[in-house]
Amino acid sequence: MNVILFKLTLLLYLAATAGYLVYIISQQKPAGRVALGVAIAGFFFHTATIIVRYYEAGYAPVTNLHESLSFFAWALVGGYLYIHQRYKVKNLGAFATPIAALSMIASSTLPKKIIALPPVLKSYWLPIHAAVYFLAYGILGVAACAGIMYLIQERQIKKKKFGAFYQRLPSLEVLDAINYRCLTIGFPLLTIGILTGSLWAEQAWGAHWQWDPKETWSLVNWLFYAALLHERLAVGWRGRRAAIMAIIGLGALLFTFLGVSLLLKGLHTYAGWGV
Amino acid sequence: MPDGASNLSIVLIGLNHETAPVEIRERLTFGGDRELPLTLIRKVSFVKEFIFLSTCNRVEVLMTTPDPASAEVEIKKVLTESNGIPLGEFERCLYIYHEEEAVKHLFRVAASLDSMVLGEPQILGQIKDAYRQATDQKTSGVILNRLLHKTFSVAKRVRTETGICSHAVSISFAAVELARKIFADLKGKRAMLIGAGEMAELASEHLISNGVAEIIVANRTLERAVELAQKFKGRAVSLDEIYDQLSKVDIIISSTGAPGVVIHYDNVKSVMRARKNRPLFLIDIAVPRDIDPRTNEIDNVYLYDIDDLKGIVELNKAERQKEARRAERIIEEEVIKFRYWLQALDITPIIVSLREKAEQIRLKECQKTLSSMGPLTPEQEKAVHVLTASIINKMLHDPITYLKGKSSREHKDTYLDFARQIFNLNGEPVDTEEE
Repeated sequence: MNVILFKLTLLLYLAATAGYLVYIISQQKPAGRVALGVAIAGFFFHTATIIVRYYEAGYAPVTNLHESLSFFAWALVGGYLYIHQRYKVKNLGAFATPIAALSMIASSTLPKKIIALPPVLKSYWLPIHAAVYFLAYGILGVAACAGIMYLIQERQIKKKKFGAFYQRLPSLEVLDAINYRCLTIGFPLLTIGILTGSLWAEQAWGAHWQWDPKETWSLVNWLFYAALLHERLAVGWRGRRAAIMAIIGLGALLFTFLGVSLLLKGLHTYAGWGV
Repeated sequence: MPDGASNLSIVLIGLNHETAPVEIRERLTFGGDRELPLTLIRKVSFVKEFIFLSTCNRVEVLMTTPDPASAEVEIKKVLTESNGIPLGEFERCLYIYHEEEAVKHLFRVAASLDSMVLGEPQILGQIKDAYRQATDQKTSGVILNRLLHKTFSVAKRVRTETGICSHAVSISFAAVELARKIFADLKGKRAMLIGAGEMAELASEHLISNGVAEIIVANRTLERAVELAQKFKGRAVSLDEIYDQLSKVDIIISSTGAPGVVIHYDNVKSVMRARKNRPLFLIDIAVPRDIDPRTNEIDNVYLYDIDDLKGIVELNKAERQKEARRAERIIEEEVIKFRYWLQALDITPIIVSLREKAEQIRLKECQKTLSSMGPLTPEQEKAVHVLTASIINKMLHDPITYLKGKSSREHKDTYLDFARQIFNLNGEPVDTEEE
């Protein structure tokens, strides 16, 4: 059942991506409205996918790469929809939905079989720790999208060369405000993620912190975003610098999420290919 | 357009900024009397309906007439004699359009495709005024009423479906448009004018209408600064104080006549920390330039000089040209639609389509009833058809006789149009749109 829902979700995300691309090229408002509707429908079915899989598997579906990529896409679309209804900013969808669709495509190629959970993961911490992290990834992913849009738009205004994107992208101030908003939501989530992880580690492995690669990289990520937030509040790191940081930050997060699991061995490596 | 039984032609006589020099245009004022041209044209016996449009860039008479040649001569006479313009000179500046060409011209004018500044919005308002005057004086009738309403909706369609009005084509508008791409909303933002020239004043007006919270004016002579500040309900400061303001304002428009640089790189660089890097938009419309060009290299500072803005205006003009081609297509389409309506203002097609409609309804209803009645003998079936057909004929007899009786009447267009509406006979769906 969850597989059918998953496929439906993927189709809807692809359709939303196509809709947003049509909208950004043609600038016809109906296309944007349809794309938004399809994205909302996709998010709805995605939520259903995750709930159904939770019941079918008996645990929170965030344990293997297939589930994680799907959950990341869900959080990204959720983050996008939240920012969209708050800022009513046009064409953010054309940047966010393709990433969600790609993540779902990657997820769909991976083994989907529900397997018995390793004993160490059987804990009420699993849904809390993992879900909080992915919510952070999702909202910080939106920040990176806004960052890319900011860099494109800023370059046009600074260089006084106005390309096709000039009319299509929102103002610098709105994009920067989105960046900040995502940071103020994403950073607390990262903090909660790292704290719950530490508490869980104490229960599961007997120590709060063991410097395994995932832990180390999570700390690096946290310090990175802490620095960005601090500089922003203290000396006003905004605009281009904040946009670049948001993009690098997402890169580092994705490395922690994918790279560390796949390339570096450590305590967290059960979250591998799911085989 | 074939005038069919209506025997009326649509004619447009006029001149504009391209066909006539200002020496002619400025004399076509009828001594400043707005009523006079209407009174005079009304006396021309060949003109049935008319609208008189006069702006600083064009003078046009749109009319319906049974005798175009005579009407044209008379109109020319009215326009030249009462303004003291030699006829020969006047005729060289004129364009005269008939039927579809006249309709197309009117659509193009209203959509601002015929304006000096492509896409400027005022002309539509001016046409609306002219039409209001015509309806007040009852000089327009069923054809021109319809044509003008159609014109307003075509202009609206062009405005919403093409970008012909959406790119700033003046320096001050271009600056405001840029400001809106840097700052989401100009509400709550503060602007400073350094130097109180005319262009700075114009830009301030646009900024104010976009919601800028405060305008600070700095000028060499404080008196002028105070005067301008009062106009915008802002504050005046002396030229020495502008550096203190750098950390507080968001937009600066500089247009002093100073020979050297007024705002240096270091002036701006040093305030960015105090500003917490809030964006600063610098507009330098002075020649020689007031602001060091290198300030554009500072993060979150955007500097535009007069040439940059002119460049944007040129690009936008080209953009409007491109949009104008799409607008022309829309107009072609609407001219055809109008032609259908006009053709339908003829007595025979109305009677034919009225009969057709009745027959269609009759056949459909018969079919429904007969199929539910079960098997009937051919005689019975025939009787049903005869019965229904005679009801229809008796019903339609009076309206048709009435319409035929009006066919030679002066206001027959009104009756025909009314008949079409009452029986919903329009080829296209009933078009009730008003502006």
